[in-house]
Amino acid sequence: MNVPSRTALLLGGRLEPRAIESFDPRRALRRLAPPLIFGVVLLGAWQAYVALSGDRESILPSPLEVARALVRDRGVLASSAGTTLGEILLGYGAAIVLGVTFAVAMSGSPLVKRAIYPWLVISQLIPIPAIAVIVVVWTGFDILPKVIVVALVSFFPIAVNTVDGLRATDPELLDLLRTLGAGRWERLRMAQAPSALPYLFSGLRVAAALAVIGVVFAEWVGSTSGLGNLILTYSNQTATPDVFATVAVLAVIGVALFSAVGLLERIALPWYRVAAEDEQRVR
Amino acid sequence: MNSARPRRLEVCGLSATYAADSRHAEVVALRDISLELFAGEFVSLVGPSGCGKTTLLKVLAGLVPASTGEVRLDGAQTALLGRVGYMPQNDQLMPWRTTLDNLTLGLELSGTRREAARARARRELELFGLAGFERHWPRALSGGMRQRAALLRTFLAGRDVLLLDEPFGALDALTREAMREWLLSVWEADRKTILLVTHDVEEALFLSDRVHVMSGRPGRITTTLEVPLARPRALALTGEPEFAALKEQLLAPLREEARQRLMVAAP
Repeated sequence: MNVPSRTALLLGGRLEPRAIESFDPRRALRRLAPPLIFGVVLLGAWQAYVALSGDRESILPSPLEVARALVRDRGVLASSAGTTLGEILLGYGAAIVLGVTFAVAMSGSPLVKRAIYPWLVISQLIPIPAIAVIVVVWTGFDILPKVIVVALVSFFPIAVNTVDGLRATDPELLDLLRTLGAGRWERLRMAQAPSALPYLFSGLRVAAALAVIGVVFAEWVGSTSGLGNLILTYSNQTATPDVFATVAVLAVIGVALFSAVGLLERIALPWYRVAAEDEQRVR
Repeated sequence: MNSARPRRLEVCGLSATYAADSRHAEVVALRDISLELFAGEFVSLVGPSGCGKTTLLKVLAGLVPASTGEVRLDGAQTALLGRVGYMPQNDQLMPWRTTLDNLTLGLELSGTRREAARARARRELELFGLAGFERHWPRALSGGMRQRAALLRTFLAGRDVLLLDEPFGALDALTREAMREWLLSVWEADRKTILLVTHDVEEALFLSDRVHVMSGRPGRITTTLEVPLARPRALALTGEPEFAALKEQLLAPLREEARQRLMVAAP
């Protein structure tokens, strides 16, 4: 039985370290052009469909309507985005600290791991909205329940991936370090931590996606501000273009978070990038 | 013949067993191994794969406990871990450290300041054929360079006794040959005491003062040969009839064992 791979399926994320490529503007453009062009085509088709079908704006607004809503609501969108982003970053940060701490504790002691690991998996099988309701009941309508929910959903992929990464360290390397006089802490610092980093970053990527989902649920359950709250408000007013505009801002936040993790990985693991390039060259 | 030199490493009646899994009986990995290394000697252990050579090195490095027998380092029975240089089968260069920072690993762990450690490593780059590559990631090095880097890392750690586990096992035949001659020249410069494990009889013979042949299951020493070849040795030596005769002496017991193993395996 392989728990990590099953949970990877569960989360819809890959838990293996992913190859990263070096930055080359021309190659980046070549890579970005197809999705950009396809996106423009899609938007055009959407606009054409709305124009031809004559559907009401409250059912399906055209992209231009959505763009107008974005401009019209820019003030409230910006302040709500600020609130939501703050909740995400606090929860995400807490998840990183907790996830890595738990992972180090679990990899340090088999007993701790056996005691905790199954509960971690089980905790992930509870639907996020259900958790969000309970957390709001406990902690009210402030920023705290959102931070907790975001931390809860992001914690798992970070902890599991870091455990896997710490375990993936070559035992021969640890033996070598022992013969060179390295103690437990030095082995963790010099070998296990660096070899776990690519795994940690994969976990961070999955966690970034989950954090955005989590924050919206938490805001839906009980809030007075934020983008999730704004979606509810607009949808109660059947202001559909404004709902679409809010969703677009959420998407941008998600993509930005995801890209920031990728950028950080690029900076933090130069050696890993070299490894990935080598493999590409071989292929 | 080495009575004037001090004994660096003595192994006496060493056995090692391990439990293959909880339900089965213990497996005897090593039985009654005795050997000794005098200061500045180069000794090799030759044997088929799985004969326990690596286990023996791990016991001597202090990584695996022996069940019986004793190991003396410079005449005293002390903890071996951290006192004996050990080069594992794979180079184990850390991919996240540059070549230079891999080389200084041992110095760093023994408390040498980073700049001093780097300066020491830099002085050896030329001899180890790594000059100009100190800033490269290990990935960018060839197989031979990686092995030389791993060897330099072992040398720089500053232990008197070095245990080398198949250092050239992963290299192609031509690179191996070149590395042998190079290793001898490096060793002759400061004469560390080396115990090398290999399955290559020619390699063992060319490099060593003494060769022990090991046999598997349980791992034990079946033949010991003092190598009478004069030093310094050059690669041409391997073509001499004297060399061929010695090689034959070592190969005979190994061939016999391989044949017996095949008979057992056949239905």
